[in-house]
Amino acid sequence: MNPSATVGRIVGTRAQDAGFVVDLLLRTVAASPKLVRRVRFTLDMAFNAGVRSLPVTLVVAAFAGAILAMQTGIELRRFGDTAVLGTITALSMCREMGPFITGVILAATVGSAMAAELGTMQVSDEVAALEVMSVDPVDYLVLPRVVALAVMCPTLTVLSNLIGIWGGSVIAEHNLGVSPDLYWISAREALTSSGTMLPKEVYVGLLKAFVFGVAIATVSCASGLRAGGGALGVGLAVQTAVRNSVILIIVLGFIVTWFFYFLAG
Amino acid sequence: MIELRDVCKRLGERQVLDHMSFRVPKGMNFVLMGPSGCGKSVTLKHVIGILRPDSGSVQVDDQDVQSMDRAQLMALRKRMGYLFQNGALINWLTVAENVALPLREHARVSKSELQQRVHEVLGLVGMDHAATQYPPAISGGMKLRTGLARALVTNPEYVLYDEPNAGLDPIISKQIHELIVEVRDRLGVTGLIVTHSRACATQCGDRIGIIENGRLGIEGSVAEILASDNPLARSFLDGGTD
Ligand SMILES: Nc1ncnc2c1ncn2[C@@H]1O[C@H](COP(=O)(O)OP(=O)(O)OP(=O)(O)O)[C@@H](O)[C@H]1O
Ligand SMILES: [Mg+2]
Repeated sequence: MNPSATVGRIVGTRAQDAGFVVDLLLRTVAASPKLVRRVRFTLDMAFNAGVRSLPVTLVVAAFAGAILAMQTGIELRRFGDTAVLGTITALSMCREMGPFITGVILAATVGSAMAAELGTMQVSDEVAALEVMSVDPVDYLVLPRVVALAVMCPTLTVLSNLIGIWGGSVIAEHNLGVSPDLYWISAREALTSSGTMLPKEVYVGLLKAFVFGVAIATVSCASGLRAGGGALGVGLAVQTAVRNSVILIIVLGFIVTWFFYFLAG
Repeated sequence: MIELRDVCKRLGERQVLDHMSFRVPKGMNFVLMGPSGCGKSVTLKHVIGILRPDSGSVQVDDQDVQSMDRAQLMALRKRMGYLFQNGALINWLTVAENVALPLREHARVSKSELQQRVHEVLGLVGMDHAATQYPPAISGGMKLRTGLARALVTNPEYVLYDEPNAGLDPIISKQIHELIVEVRDRLGVTGLIVTHSRACATQCGDRIGIIENGRLGIEGSVAEILASDNPLARSFLDGGTD
C-alpha cells in the first residue's frame, strides 16, 4: 500500500467530514426561523440534556474546583500567599474549567445520545422517510438539538462554576487554612473587578460554553446523519461524535480565549 | 409514468444496479421481485430521488428525477407515497401523529379535516384501534400498516411499496393486497411494489419484473411470468401461497 496515498485519502475524508459539519451548521442557522414550530420539542430536548448530565456535571465540577485549589494551594503555601486562592479558583473555573468540563460531559452524555438517536434513524430509513415527506431533517431533527445545547451548555456551566468554586473553598478552608470569608470575598472580587454588569471573566466563559454547545450538537448530529451500515455504523457514529466533540472543545476553547485575551486585548 | 433507463449505481464496493431499465405506465401496479440484497429498495429510492444514479436516467412523467433541485423534488414527493420497508416510523410520535406528519408539515388543512383524514386512512389499513400507541410498542405488521397509511394520507398519484406484507399474517396480508388493488382501481394510483410473496405479486400486480445481477432478468405480465418456464420466474413464483 502506498503510504502517501493512504494519508491523502485520510486527509480527504476528514476534509469531507468537516465540510459536512460546516454545511450542516449553516443549514441549521438558515432553518432557525422555523424554530417557532419546534419550541415544545426543543424544550424537551433541553430538559432531557439537563437532567441527563446534571449529576455528573456537579460531581465533576466539585472535584475540579477542589483539584484547582489544591494544585495552586501547594505552590501558594510555599510563598505564604494562600489569600489569593479564591481569586485563582474563581477565575480558572469561570474562564476555562467550568465550560470545559461541562462541554466534555455534555459530549459524552448528550452528544453521544444524539449521535446514536440520529444514527439509528438514519440506518432504519427514518431520515429518508422524513425527506420523502418533504420534512427537512435539519429543521425537524438538528435545529432543536443545537438550540437545546446552545442554551443548556451555558446554563450548566454557571452551575459548574459555582459548584467548582465551592469545591475549592472546602479545600481552602480545611487543608490550606484560608478563612471562608476571605476566600469568597476574593472570589467575588475577581469576578466583578472590571465593574461592568457582566464582567469579562464571566461572559467569555459563557460565550465559550455557548460555542461548545453548538459545536457538540452539530458534530454529533452530523455523525449520526452520516451513519451507515446497520448497528455497527451507529456505534462508529457515536465514537466519532464524542471524539470530534472533545477535539473541538479544546481547539475552540483555545481560540476563544486567545481572541478575547490576546487579540482583542 | 415511471421510467428507468440504464440506471447504474455503485454503493460501497458493490455495483448494485447495473443498467436497470423498466417502465411503469400510469394506473398500473408493477411488481419488483428478487433475492435479498439485489437492490430492490435501492431501485425505489432512485424513483423518489433519495439516491441518484451514477449513470442512466430516472423519469417520472417525463421529468428527470436525478437532475431535480430541492423545490422540484419536494413537488414530486408531494405526489408520491412511499411505504418503507419496516415502516420507518418516527418513534416519539404516536401512530396517528406519524400518519398526520406529511399533512401537518405542508398541506394547509384545518385540524378537524386533518383528524378526519387520518382517521379515515387508519381505518383503511385497520389501525384505527391503535391510533394513540407509539411505534416501539406495536408489532412489525402494525408498523407496516401505519407506514402504508402514512404513504396514502396525502392522496398520492404514485405509491412505492417496499414489502407491503412482510411479517403480516395471511388474513391481514390479503386485506392489504385488496387495499393496494383498490387504491389502483378506485384512485387510479400507479404502484411500484417490491415483494417476495407470490400472493402479493399475483393479486396486486399487472406486470412483474425479477431482478438478476442489477437489472431485470425477466419481465412480463403476471400471466406471462406465471406461464414462463424461465428458471428465475419459476424460483420466485413456484410453490408457497403466502
Ligand atoms: N446506503 C448504502 N450504502 C452502502 N451500501 C448499501 C446502501 N444501501 C444499500 N446498500 C447495499 O446495496 C445492496 C442492495 O440493497 P437493497 O436494500 O436495495 O436490497 P433489497 O433488494 O431491498 O433486499 P431486501 O429484500 O433484503 O430488502 C445491498 O448489498 C446493500 O448492502
Ligand atoms: Mg429492501
